[in-house]
Amino acid sequence: MKSFFKKVGIILSLLLVAVGLAGCGNKAVNKSNVYQHVKKTNTIIWGVRNDTPLFGLVDPKTGSLQGFEIDLARALTKEILGPSGKYELFQVSAKTKIPVLKNGNIDVLLATCTITPDRAKVVDFSKPYFGAGQSLLVPKTSKLRSIKDLNKPGTKVLAVKGTTAIANIQKVAPKAKLLEYDDYGQCFSALQSGQGVAMSTDNGILAGIAANNPKYHVVGGSFTTEPYGIAVDKGQTQMKNAINKAFAKLKVNGTYDRLLKKWFANVPGFNYKEVEK
Amino acid sequence: MWQLFTQNWQDFLTGFWHTILSSIIALVFSFILGSGFAILETNPNKFWRGVAKVYVEIFRNIPLLVVTMFFYLVLPKVLPAMNGFTAGTIGLTLYTSAFIAETVRSGLQSVGTGQMEGCLANGLSYWQAMKNVILPQALKITIPPLGNQFINLIKNSSVLAFVAGMDLMYQGDVIASNTFQTIPTYIIVGIFYLILTLPLSYYMQYLEKKLA
Repeated sequence: MKSFFKKVGIILSLLLVAVGLAGCGNKAVNKSNVYQHVKKTNTIIWGVRNDTPLFGLVDPKTGSLQGFEIDLARALTKEILGPSGKYELFQVSAKTKIPVLKNGNIDVLLATCTITPDRAKVVDFSKPYFGAGQSLLVPKTSKLRSIKDLNKPGTKVLAVKGTTAIANIQKVAPKAKLLEYDDYGQCFSALQSGQGVAMSTDNGILAGIAANNPKYHVVGGSFTTEPYGIAVDKGQTQMKNAINKAFAKLKVNGTYDRLLKKWFANVPGFNYKEVEK
Repeated sequence: MWQLFTQNWQDFLTGFWHTILSSIIALVFSFILGSGFAILETNPNKFWRGVAKVYVEIFRNIPLLVVTMFFYLVLPKVLPAMNGFTAGTIGLTLYTSAFIAETVRSGLQSVGTGQMEGCLANGLSYWQAMKNVILPQALKITIPPLGNQFINLIKNSSVLAFVAGMDLMYQGDVIASNTFQTIPTYIIVGIFYLILTLPLSYYMQYLEKKLA
């Protein structure tokens, strides 16, 4: 028995060391000034989505990423670094997007990230670039018409981990039960196999899914206004200003409008003018 | 980190409870199923040997996540949907039972054919011999590898996180993405898993010393 406690003691002390190490070594890559760093390397590393139709999705035919945010990242890079500027795309999920930005794995996060007060405590946001709002995706056979219909005990609503949809549903329909998944693909598969009655997230994302799956449609309009912002790590004001300046230019020269039209003008039941910023 | 725990302790404990529950259910059923298939695998009847072989090879060689996703996403196309906890626990049970079957089979085969022949010659039936003579010896030999399988089972129960099974890993994911305190959250989750696996590991060592 004595040796048992000895062993437990050793394991616990090892654990404490691990905890201590984790406490100090938070920064994987040390970039004290992101703007200077991207200027020097002439490369911006963008964190983008790979599972979100219309915003950032891997095209199975070519294996390359395509979407509104990918095009926007490309255009912003050219504005910030000039025509010779290079960009890298780092694929993030809803769950990991903030941690990889904080770690320094990416320079800028452009990944359907809603500006919220909680997030604004840990990262800095640019001016909004997309006026999203939360909505519901249901099968066309469903009787659900609005978010209020969800506020019944035993109603299962599906959402993606780390999205603002979760807190919003808890607020508007507190009786509903939330099931959370790792990405939009899994979440939609769960809806298809009847694990819940509705899937909830931002209107633009749901419109993208509905466009590829004619048996489903978006209902209830948007019950929140949640503009997306481009995020940089807390305190990277110079980088944030550079992004804001570049974005303002894209708006003036019509690139922003063109990209928005390219991706959202042909989506059924979706008015791209509503999301324009 | 302590603050993170005190603020979210209910979620952590809910997750811990689901992990324990799923692990216990899967442990009991995979042990029964696994021992059953192990006996079939050593059965003189060729047909039963074949059945057991097919079962073990299928579930041993398909990733646990695929088995679980099958019950969660594919089966509801024909049957009523089952929740993530049920689908995950069934997946875990079938997957682990294949490994337990292989472990117990090696134990059964190490007992030696002479004993079975001796039993049969002395008038015991096949099942009597199996139950009273062969199986107790085989299980004793297989305690260390079985312990490994049980520990793997507890760790593999984190597969429930992918199907919204409310387990420890799922709650950890949710807490980490809400608080942005990724590293402390997963350290707490890790400690909870250790609370489960360390005593089990020591108990298996104790059993090994006592019985072997």
